[in-house]
Amino acid sequence: MVEPVLQIDNLVKAFGALRATDGVSLDLRPGEIHALIGPNGAGKSTLIHQICGTVRQDSGTIRFAGEDIGALSTAERAQKGLGRTFQVSSLAPEFSALRNVMLAVQAKQGSSFGFFKPVMQDSSLVDPAMAILERVGLADRARLPAAELSHGERRQLEIAMALALQSKAFLLDEPMAGMGPEGSKKLTGFLDALRREAPILLVEHDMDAVFALADRISVLVYGKVIATGTVDEIRSNPTVRTAYLGDHA
Amino acid sequence: MLTRENTVNLVLALLLLAAPLAANALGQPFYVTLATRIAILALAALGLNLALGLGGLVSFGHAAFFGIGGYAAGILSSHALSYEPMIFGLPGTVQMPVIWIVAVIAAGLVALAIGAISLRTSGVYFIMITLAFAQMVYYFAISWPAYGGEDGLSILVRNQFPGLNTMKPLSFFLVCYVVLLAGIGLFALIRASRFGAALQAARQNETRVATVGIHPYRIRLTGFVISAMITALAGALYADLNRFVSPSMLSWHMSGELIVLIILGGTGRLFGPLAGAALYVAFEFALGGLTERWQFFLGLILLGVVLFARGGLLGLLAGKAKHG
Repeated sequence: MVEPVLQIDNLVKAFGALRATDGVSLDLRPGEIHALIGPNGAGKSTLIHQICGTVRQDSGTIRFAGEDIGALSTAERAQKGLGRTFQVSSLAPEFSALRNVMLAVQAKQGSSFGFFKPVMQDSSLVDPAMAILERVGLADRARLPAAELSHGERRQLEIAMALALQSKAFLLDEPMAGMGPEGSKKLTGFLDALRREAPILLVEHDMDAVFALADRISVLVYGKVIATGTVDEIRSNPTVRTAYLGDHA
Repeated sequence: MLTRENTVNLVLALLLLAAPLAANALGQPFYVTLATRIAILALAALGLNLALGLGGLVSFGHAAFFGIGGYAAGILSSHALSYEPMIFGLPGTVQMPVIWIVAVIAAGLVALAIGAISLRTSGVYFIMITLAFAQMVYYFAISWPAYGGEDGLSILVRNQFPGLNTMKPLSFFLVCYVVLLAGIGLFALIRASRFGAALQAARQNETRVATVGIHPYRIRLTGFVISAMITALAGALYADLNRFVSPSMLSWHMSGELIVLIILGGTGRLFGPLAGAALYVAFEFALGGLTERWQFFLGLILLGVVLFARGGLLGLLAGKAKHG
């Protein structure tokens, strides 16, 4: 078997008496989209936070690209190639779309301590950022402040920033949230192609998108993974049906 | 490119130069001194504006750096004039460029220590902890008799700049003016640079900055130190302007005054500190002549700015700030 890019073992995080993450193990293999689904309050966001380093786990290990990253800061994990998007778009609102992506390009180049060269005249920042904006279909919105973009465009911009980091894995937290059907369809096509670049851990409520995209699905309920498997295995799993899917499947 | 903001900036810069030139020609050195005061306060606020305006770091302790700059000028010149060596047998000096370097380095080191601790907090805690550190420096200066303690330290003869007679008000003004313009230029460069992008992004969204792999703490600490250095340079000039340095330069009133200058002028704006300083000194002069309680009226004006003109004077004159 190929070495997983991201491997989580027996992760535990408790808030008081609530075990938000209760012995979670899962892995992300090269080239796959691994969807993480579960009802509200199942602990999906807490899990994502621990993988990114914004919340520290109580116990368990997180290995990324063959390295234990469980003790690293958020910034260090990003430098290792962990790209993420947020449930609620998280951007520098006053900066233009272009400057947001340029920030990611500059971070990827590892040099944020240049004091004298204007970034807008630095083609090693502007050109790659522009190319990525074109790829996600935001080129004509490049000069608009992030705050003035539509909801869907902000989601695209987040993905553009993750792309600019040339991530080794993407952590996408509900990328479809708040998108219209047209936008969801476009984004589904885009993510489908994106997996060839790097595997995706996809947290998503939009079941059509999940079933269309996922190679494997893990179902999280009350902080535990109750099942992991292919789309068909999950659809036909009786525990999952009662716990989550209801009659949707 | 001559945008509206650039035009306003240019006019402000030219006014600050033209007024003292005219006053000098008319034999009114007092107004030259007033313009010098504007230039120096603008430089001090410019320093703070880097931390506050770009980085969103509301430091309520920048008087510490302003005062350290002032004491660097006072201490170095007092040793030079008395021919007593300082620690390690180093001589004092009356040369401004040397004093400036010492002031900037000393403040930078203190800012590194203060910032390293303070930047672990944010919001109100950051404001309070920077205030606390500045008050420590203030009480240290008061209780240190070697350099005047509470009474302060006089600079008998204004320090020198090669090739100029700094005792002439206009010459000293020109020194301060050029330093201010250099400071503004540096601010503009930093704002447009990679570092400036990271610093401004950290103000807008700290999580975002960390998620792309930039350490917000390191960026902010660097910004805080540069900010303190610029304010210290202004402090050294201020001591030379008054030919006197005392703990009042280190007091929290001074820290507050610097914040007021920025708010009056326009937070984060390139020429905000200059606009704010000009407005402040003009009020002080115009209202101060009418009533001792001029700060009451300044308070009213500040209230008006905060309530109705959030962008300050620059916001009124040049419209909303733009990012490239």
